[in-house]
Amino acid sequence: MSRMLKSALGWMDDRFPLSKVWNEHLAEYYAPKNFNWMYYFGSLAILVLVNQIITGIFLTINYKPDAKLAFDSVEYIMRDVEWGWLIRYMHSTGASAFFVVVYLHMFRGLVYGSFKKPRELVWTFGMIIYVALMAEAFMGYLLPWGQMSYWGAQVIVSLFGAIPYVGEDLALWLRGDYVISDATLNRFFAFHVIAIPLVLVILVFMHIVALHAVGSNNPEGIEIKKHKDDKGVPLDGIPFHPYYSVKDLVGVAVFMFIFALIIFYMPEMGGYFLEHANFVPADPLKTPEHIAPVWYFTPFYAILRAVPDKFLGVVAMAGAIFVLFLLPWLDRGVNKSIRYRGPVFKAAIYAFCISFIGLGYFGMQPVTEVGTWFSRIFSLIYFAFFLLMPFYSNIGQDKYVPERVEEK
Amino acid sequence: MSEQVVDKRRRLFLTAAATAVTGVGAAYVAVPFIASMNPSDRAKAAGAPVEVDISKLELGQLIRVEWRGKPVWVLKRSEQSLAEIAEMTDILRDPDSNESEQPESCKNVGRSIKPEVFLAVGICTHLGCSPTYRPEVAPDDLGPDWKGGFFCPCHGSLFDLSGRVYAGVPAPLNLVVPPHEYVTETKILIGSSGGQA
Amino acid sequence: MKKLSIVLLVLISSQLLAAGGTNIELQSANVNLENKASLQRGAKYFVNYCLSCHSAKQLRYSRMGKDLGISPELVELNLMFTGEKIFDGMTISMRPKDAEKWFGVNPPDLSLIARSRGADWLYTYLKSFYIDESRPFGVDNALFPKVGMPHVLSDLQGLQKAVYKDVELEDGTVKKVIDRLEIAEPGRMNEKEFDKAMNDLVNLWSTWENLQNLSVKDWVGKS
Repeated sequence: MSRMLKSALGWMDDRFPLSKVWNEHLAEYYAPKNFNWMYYFGSLAILVLVNQIITGIFLTINYKPDAKLAFDSVEYIMRDVEWGWLIRYMHSTGASAFFVVVYLHMFRGLVYGSFKKPRELVWTFGMIIYVALMAEAFMGYLLPWGQMSYWGAQVIVSLFGAIPYVGEDLALWLRGDYVISDATLNRFFAFHVIAIPLVLVILVFMHIVALHAVGSNNPEGIEIKKHKDDKGVPLDGIPFHPYYSVKDLVGVAVFMFIFALIIFYMPEMGGYFLEHANFVPADPLKTPEHIAPVWYFTPFYAILRAVPDKFLGVVAMAGAIFVLFLLPWLDRGVNKSIRYRGPVFKAAIYAFCISFIGLGYFGMQPVTEVGTWFSRIFSLIYFAFFLLMPFYSNIGQDKYVPERVEEK
Repeated sequence: MSEQVVDKRRRLFLTAAATAVTGVGAAYVAVPFIASMNPSDRAKAAGAPVEVDISKLELGQLIRVEWRGKPVWVLKRSEQSLAEIAEMTDILRDPDSNESEQPESCKNVGRSIKPEVFLAVGICTHLGCSPTYRPEVAPDDLGPDWKGGFFCPCHGSLFDLSGRVYAGVPAPLNLVVPPHEYVTETKILIGSSGGQA
Repeated sequence: MKKLSIVLLVLISSQLLAAGGTNIELQSANVNLENKASLQRGAKYFVNYCLSCHSAKQLRYSRMGKDLGISPELVELNLMFTGEKIFDGMTISMRPKDAEKWFGVNPPDLSLIARSRGADWLYTYLKSFYIDESRPFGVDNALFPKVGMPHVLSDLQGLQKAVYKDVELEDGTVKKVIDRLEIAEPGRMNEKEFDKAMNDLVNLWSTWENLQNLSVKDWVGKS
């Protein structure tokens, strides 16, 4: 039996780099041996992507992208299609789970300096994935055609209208109509189901290729390729398969446990994952009391609202995302990992986290005077974290730059 | 990497156990997705049994009812027609209805529960056209031996008044008789047969 | 790193506790989805009082019967009045345009009302109608001012009147606000019975929200 498999494998290898890829990227691809819990989120992100695609396909079997039929077709899936409710909840929870995982994944990159040379391109591809993901989530949210779907889309598309000279025409072109309508729904459906998923899959592939070209970073910020044994194997590296493939399975198991808890017992998550207003069909004549984007967009929404001018608010919001792209070139520190950074940089990271979460919180609330002031302060901290980084990132850095992973 | 003694048996056991559990998990995950492609409640509702009231059905009259998107004929036959049907055996392909689809209760000459009321799905077993009802005796186009029945205009298939197919025509089988039951003497429920699907 | 994680965890979890405020205090609906008798009474009230104006078109009669443990024959006999079939959704024949003319707004479909409004809101709403001669139907609602809905349940609850109290605002002016509602004319039920009946209705609507939980408990595929 194993001889048959061996010859089948040989046949394949003569025509396709199967064993070569297996070795180069799994069995003989060396990753740092000191990965901690923060390194689960990349593989979890792939898991969630697969979940969204599979549940998405099965939803498309029954969903109707027509303004008159969309809302009812979702209810049809929830009630009449066998297990339809489960597939729907897996998809809606998966969307929020995607952002939880991605934000933690980005946070790991931030604190361990995984964006720094030679991994700038990994970070850049990752940022493009993030922007594509936001577009995907935004378009997906219109599809149930509830009140929040409709009015959220109305607000965001009209933001494009704020761009001078081209804004109105741009918004008209995006919508395909003078207001959010069936035309908008149809095109968002096409983008959400085919265009952006294809782009996401390709980008994830490129993200991993770029990563494998330089190798992973680690919590100490050490470059493991600098110290190899006489066979060329990094002294602080272990082969991804079987060590990290098995370890990632553990991460998958924990994730799925939490995921299952949510989809079976609290899929609405108190109105954060499935907003209550979206259980009312879209009504162009009636605006809901409180339009808020889904929780994963609220930090940027808070920045938008903090600026009193409509166009400048849009600029600030776009700028907040754009400035993340610049991170590899803003950080002038020598050390990668937060463990070996000076107290100023550490304080800056704390301040950034507090302001990002604070912005997220205020972005969910209706506009109040207190909220606006906090949003402004937090926005300033957010931008200062990036724009001042070239100046403070070198202060008080530890002279000690670790070279090898130390046994504890 | 430090050199360690690898317990191959333990490794094999762990790999096999993990694979088995993953397989079970994968099956559990697959079931809802595959099941979701089954007919939904709405499709089942649309396919639900249909009631027909035959209290006003006249002799020789054929009414059409829709069940599961298909036309179902309900025909009141005369005693004379029934007698003639019984004699026609040698020109039919399957006079005893051995190959065709009908409920157990309708595996008889009249292919019906009550002899005078005949039900059939009005779709030709050749390629799916709906045959026309030709009750008249010996019309010009069907010849002097025609005693009444159904004629499919698409490719010329012929059926008698029990829906049994003539030999030598394109259609291979007798007309399908749908499952049905008499709720009362004058009410038929098409699509259900007292416990059978 | 550990400290940072703890700070983040505390910040994020504190957000989950922050809830939006409401102007009137919501009474707790105490939803119980297990009590089949309560659900069946709720279905009885719903089809008799609500279904004339409010559709629930996503709910099939057959599905409601199945969830409530009522056989299809009994559903047809007791809960269906206008010739629909057992597999139909609970639709109404009132046209939206007419409804808008008569009530000012089309009575919303109630299939998802428990998900969009919440059980406590619905329970409080049903109990908060009071006499207001200035309104077209002679009633207003303390939770939903200027409501277009008449007090359909008035023969059960009777009619309440509002008792006002004076409240001083920040700028020194005095405003009248509703302190509580009292029964002015009794109906067929006393307060406790009416509360129970409203609880039955809200339980019913909550089953529509939790459809899938009911079938997971059965642990067989739906239908």
